[in-house]
Amino acid sequence: MKSGPGTHGFRRADHVAIAQFINKGELVLDVGCGDGQLMELLQQERGARTRGLEVEQSGVNRCVSKGLAVVQGNADADLPVYPDDAFDVAILSKTIQELARPKFVLDELSRIARRVIVSFRNYGHWRVRTALLTTGRIPNLGQDTGWWSDGARRPCTARDMAELAAEAGLQIAAATPVDGKPVTGKSLGRLNWTAEELVFVLERKG
Amino acid sequence: MSAPARNLSGADGLKRLSVATPDRPLRLDSGRTLENVEIAYETWGALNADKSNVVVVCHALTGDQFAASPNPVTGRPAWWDLVVGPGLPVDTDRFFVICSNVLGGCMGSTGPASRKPDGSYWGTDFPIITIADMVRAQIALLEHLGITDVFLAIGGSIGGMQVLEWTIQARDRVFAAIPIAVAPRQSAQNIGFYETGRQAIMADPNWRNGAYLAEGTRPDRGLAVARMAAHITYVSETSLKRKFDRRLQDRASKTFGFDADFQIESYLRHQGQTFVDRFDANSYLYITRAMDYFDLANEHGGALANAFRGLATRFCVFSFSSDWHYTPEESRNLVRALNAAGCETSYVSIDTDKGHDAFFVEEPEFWAGLRGFIDAAASARGLPGVLS
Repeated sequence: MKSGPGTHGFRRADHVAIAQFINKGELVLDVGCGDGQLMELLQQERGARTRGLEVEQSGVNRCVSKGLAVVQGNADADLPVYPDDAFDVAILSKTIQELARPKFVLDELSRIARRVIVSFRNYGHWRVRTALLTTGRIPNLGQDTGWWSDGARRPCTARDMAELAAEAGLQIAAATPVDGKPVTGKSLGRLNWTAEELVFVLERKG
Repeated sequence: MSAPARNLSGADGLKRLSVATPDRPLRLDSGRTLENVEIAYETWGALNADKSNVVVVCHALTGDQFAASPNPVTGRPAWWDLVVGPGLPVDTDRFFVICSNVLGGCMGSTGPASRKPDGSYWGTDFPIITIADMVRAQIALLEHLGITDVFLAIGGSIGGMQVLEWTIQARDRVFAAIPIAVAPRQSAQNIGFYETGRQAIMADPNWRNGAYLAEGTRPDRGLAVARMAAHITYVSETSLKRKFDRRLQDRASKTFGFDADFQIESYLRHQGQTFVDRFDANSYLYITRAMDYFDLANEHGGALANAFRGLATRFCVFSFSSDWHYTPEESRNLVRALNAAGCETSYVSIDTDKGHDAFFVEEPEFWAGLRGFIDAAASARGLPGVLS
C-alpha cells in the first residue's frame, strides 16, 4: 500500500475504507482512537478536524504527544458528556464488537454526531458459516485465544449490525467491504455472505 | 510567647514590579480598587525575538514564585523542579518561564502582610480578592515586561484556576493551557475544609482580629492547625496507609496520653510547624477565600461552556485518580464544558495513589503526558523542537 505524506507507511485497511466517507473540514470524533492513526490519516489526507476518546493511558499519552486532541475516557460510560450535534461524524473502527454496551454507545453517538461510521468484522461471511457448519465451532477470527478471553468480540453479522442500527434510529446510508471497492447496489444479504470486514455509514432516519 | 513579627514583603532579594499606581489602580471584582500593587516574580530561560515562547507558571495555595530555583528567603528548594528546568517538560532551554507570587500572597507581592501607603499593615483591611483579580495583576505584570502573548499557561490546584482564568481574560492570547488537578468551581466540601482552617486561625488569640503584625504576635497555632487539616485533603487514604498506617512514632506502645503516639500525628504536626515559618496567616485567609469564590459557570450566565466558547486556546486537562480535593469527576465536568464550547481539548487521567499533591511528586506518566502535549503545542506554534 502506498504511504501518504506524514504517515509511516502502514495504514489499516478499515481506516482507508472509512476515510473515503469523510469530507474536508468535518469535525470527527474517533471513539476508541488508540494511538491516533486514524485521526492522523483523516487530518492529513481528508482535511478533517479530529477529536478522540480512548480508555488506555498509553494510547492517550501517544495521541497527546502527537498533538492530537484526545480525552481519556470510556465509550461505555463517558459519551453523555458530549452535547447534541457536537460532531459531523463519529467513528467506531473495530470497536463496537468490543463494547460492553454497544446499543447505548450507538444511541449516544447518533445523538452527538450527524453520521456514525462503524467498521466491524462480519461473522456472516461464508467461511465463518461453513466453518461453524463443518467443525461445530465459532471460528477464531481475531487474535483472541478463545471465545472466553477477556474482551472477546461479539460475533455479530452484517444483518445483526443492521438490526442494531435500526434499533438506534439509524439507517445505512452506505456500506462497503473493507478489502473491496465501494459498493453500490449490492444487497445486504450479498455483503453479509461475501465481506469479511465491513464499513457502515449510518445516518438518522427521516 | 511569640516570635517577632515578620513582614515577608520587605524581604530582600525578591524581584518585583509595580503593576498598579494611584493613576492606574487595579480594579477588583469586589468593586474596590488597589492603588499600589507590587507583584514579585521570578523568570528562567530567555525571551525569544518575537516573544512567542512565554510560559506562565501559576502556583498553588501555599506556593510561591520559586518554581524552578531555590527560595532565597525560606531556603526551601524549588517547588516544581521536576517539571520546570533545562530539558524538563517546561523546558527552560527553549521557553521563557515566568512565575509570580499571587496578589494577596506573602512572598513579595502586595497582600495583607504588606504596608498601606500610610505605613501601617493592611491586615484584614486588605480588600477581598478573587482568582480573576490575581490574574489581572499577572497580566499587568506581563504587560510591564513587554509581553502580551503567552505560549503556555500551566498550574495545579488554585494554579489551575488561574490557568482557566488566564484563557478567559487574555482571550486568544494564550496558545495552550494546562489546568492540573483543579475544578471549574470550588466544591462545598472544599469551602468547608478551608472555613475550618480560617476558623482555626481566627480562634488563635494571637490573631488579634488580623492585626497581629502591628501588635507583634503571630497566630502560629491557628495557622498550623489550618495547614494540618488542609494537608489531609492533599493526600489519599491509600498513601497515608502506605506511609504511616497506624504505626507508632518512636515508641513501642501507646502512652495513654495526647502526645503524638502515631506517625501520622507527628507528620501532620511537622507539616503545620514548618508551614508557619514561611506563610502569613492573613494571606491564608485571603487566598482560600478567593478559592471559595471561584465558580466560572456562575460568572458566565450559569453555563460553564459559555466561559470558553470560541476560544482558540488548546487545552490539556490532567487529573489524578486518588485526588479527593479536586476529583477526576470535576475535571471531567471541565472537559465536558470545553468540548461543548468547541475547544480543542485533551484530558489525561493519571492513575496514582498520591492524591491531590501528585503533581508535585514523581509521577512519570504525568510527566510523559505533559512533555508530549507541550512539545506538540510548541511545534504547532513554530517553536524549536526538543533537539534543536
